[in-house]
Amino acid sequence: MSETKGNVVLHVADVHKRFGGLHALADIDLQVEEGQTHAIIGPNGAGKSTLLNVIIGKLAPSSGAVVFDGNVLTGRKPYEINQMGIARVFQTPEIFTDLSVLHNVMIPALARRDGAYKFNILRALERETGIRQEAEAMLEDVGMHSRRDMAAGSLSRGDKRRMELAMCLIQHPRLLLLDEPTAGMSRHDTNTTIELLKKIKSRGMTKVIIEHDMHVVFSLADKISVLAQGRIIADGTPDQVRGNPKVQEAYLGGAH
Amino acid sequence: MNIFYLPRRDAITLAVFALVVLTMPIWLVPFGAAYPGLMQKFAIFAIFAVGYNVLFGLTGYLSFGHAAFLGVGSYTAVWTFKLMTMNVIPAMIFAVIVSGLFALAIGFVSLRRSGIYFSILTLAFAQMCYNLAYSVLTPITNGETALQLTINDPRVLDLMFSERGAGLPSPSLLGQGMSGIEAFYVVAVVLLIAFYIAQKIFVSPFGMMLRAIKSNQTRMHYTGFNTRPYALTAFVISGMYAGLAGSLLAATDPLAGAERMQWTASGEVVLMTILGGVGTLIGPVIGAWLIKYFENIFSGFNDAMLHHTFSWLPQGAQDVVVAITSKFVGEGWQLSLGLIFVLVVVFLPGGVMEGIRRFSSIFRNRREPGPTGALKTSPAE
Repeated sequence: MSETKGNVVLHVADVHKRFGGLHALADIDLQVEEGQTHAIIGPNGAGKSTLLNVIIGKLAPSSGAVVFDGNVLTGRKPYEINQMGIARVFQTPEIFTDLSVLHNVMIPALARRDGAYKFNILRALERETGIRQEAEAMLEDVGMHSRRDMAAGSLSRGDKRRMELAMCLIQHPRLLLLDEPTAGMSRHDTNTTIELLKKIKSRGMTKVIIEHDMHVVFSLADKISVLAQGRIIADGTPDQVRGNPKVQEAYLGGAH
Repeated sequence: MNIFYLPRRDAITLAVFALVVLTMPIWLVPFGAAYPGLMQKFAIFAIFAVGYNVLFGLTGYLSFGHAAFLGVGSYTAVWTFKLMTMNVIPAMIFAVIVSGLFALAIGFVSLRRSGIYFSILTLAFAQMCYNLAYSVLTPITNGETALQLTINDPRVLDLMFSERGAGLPSPSLLGQGMSGIEAFYVVAVVLLIAFYIAQKIFVSPFGMMLRAIKSNQTRMHYTGFNTRPYALTAFVISGMYAGLAGSLLAATDPLAGAERMQWTASGEVVLMTILGGVGTLIGPVIGAWLIKYFENIFSGFNDAMLHHTFSWLPQGAQDVVVAITSKFVGEGWQLSLGLIFVLVVVFLPGGVMEGIRRFSSIFRNRREPGPTGALKTSPAE
């Protein structure tokens, strides 16, 4: 393991995950430093999504723990983990398809302001001007302001992704998890998404990104961990990883 | 002032709705439905359906057991009449509280599951209430004879101020008796208040959270919301509406029987909501009115009336037509209701309200063909 320089925000400590006889994750130890973009790459079936699901609390590890900012995440519910400051973008955008784009973005803003539950029927949504302005500014940021009144379900795939990002960003999370943010996108949509992610990179938010697309990984990541058959076989800066023969063999070479 | 605020569109809806409800005794005349007993039912079941829609329409949780809360409300109201006072206000308040507590308990358990399992759990609880009312709980419910007022009821509050009368007392509001057209107006005002509260819920952040739960519960979890208390609150609110409706049934006819809690009654409110339009405010009201109208008017048709209607046909043809149509009215009114329900679900899954929307958008397009109209017709899912 490389020694830590910055402040470690997320620490995945000795995590194992078994599904019956399958050892999906073995001895995973991962430290993510504050403000960095940390990419996790690996061939199909390497355990990338399992790892992300363990971090976010969707799956419980068989052993080991995930620590965020000094607090153990293991065993907490997804909504508690979000309230601690972790937001997630899914491989297939998880959005409120029946609601308008603006409302999609206002909901997470209300989650941040009002917490996990609030019985609030006295003030009409229309009168939530603060939240509304915040949501409109966020939509402006991701270039979707003109589509704010459309039903979210009728957006293109790329726009759904951008909106989902806006839904996460409006919460000002300390850690943003991205699960293959450009999966299934056209080249054009991929490029606009990279531009957007670069833009938010400058905001000093910590990001963990799982990605297939090397173009995306090398243009965004500060640090890369390579996962193969449930183990981390290498980690380091993009240049270190690119030059690592083990990685070439297991992943980059293996792709052909 | 801010607390009572409604967006302009909803304020207009409320005003028009109030006008429609309060003028019922006039516009129902040509339909042959302008008699107080039926109009009271229109208003009461509209309350039931509006409340049910807060749960089903907003969160998508399909409860098959809401008649239990209707029954609990009725029993509570009759007991309040018997023990305390014939005034309907305490009866309504207690009915709302007790049915809310029932809903809290039943909802707490049922909401541990979703989809079909949730529906089955609510159905099971409601049938349990129904059967208990007929068996072990007969000291409270009076079983098959139904809970009724008697001359010797304690009525503690009433008897502190007046002597026990000779006959059976009847429910009243501020000295005004709860029968006939006056009772209709009382119930109508309660309906308007209930409708207004539902509007407040629909336009509030809370209402949007319920819609978001229906749309994508996974996203809600990962957005930091604990969805179960949200759904439970909606469940309790709809249970309270049902209890209120039950207490009004008792107020207009002080009798509470267990059949009010049967699963057919729970199914009826589901039909009302779907028929009118799930998730809309007015839809469930229209659904409730249609079903109550069918139940009371169509069921009253008999062969003689049909012969009269078709008297312009030659004798042979008249007999054939009457023989066919008589299957759809009178005893067979549910056959016509069933057919209408099937037609609505197949062709207008959004209920009567979707029909109205489609109709008005066709009309609008013809008037002003333009991009706005074209946009509005497209999402007719």
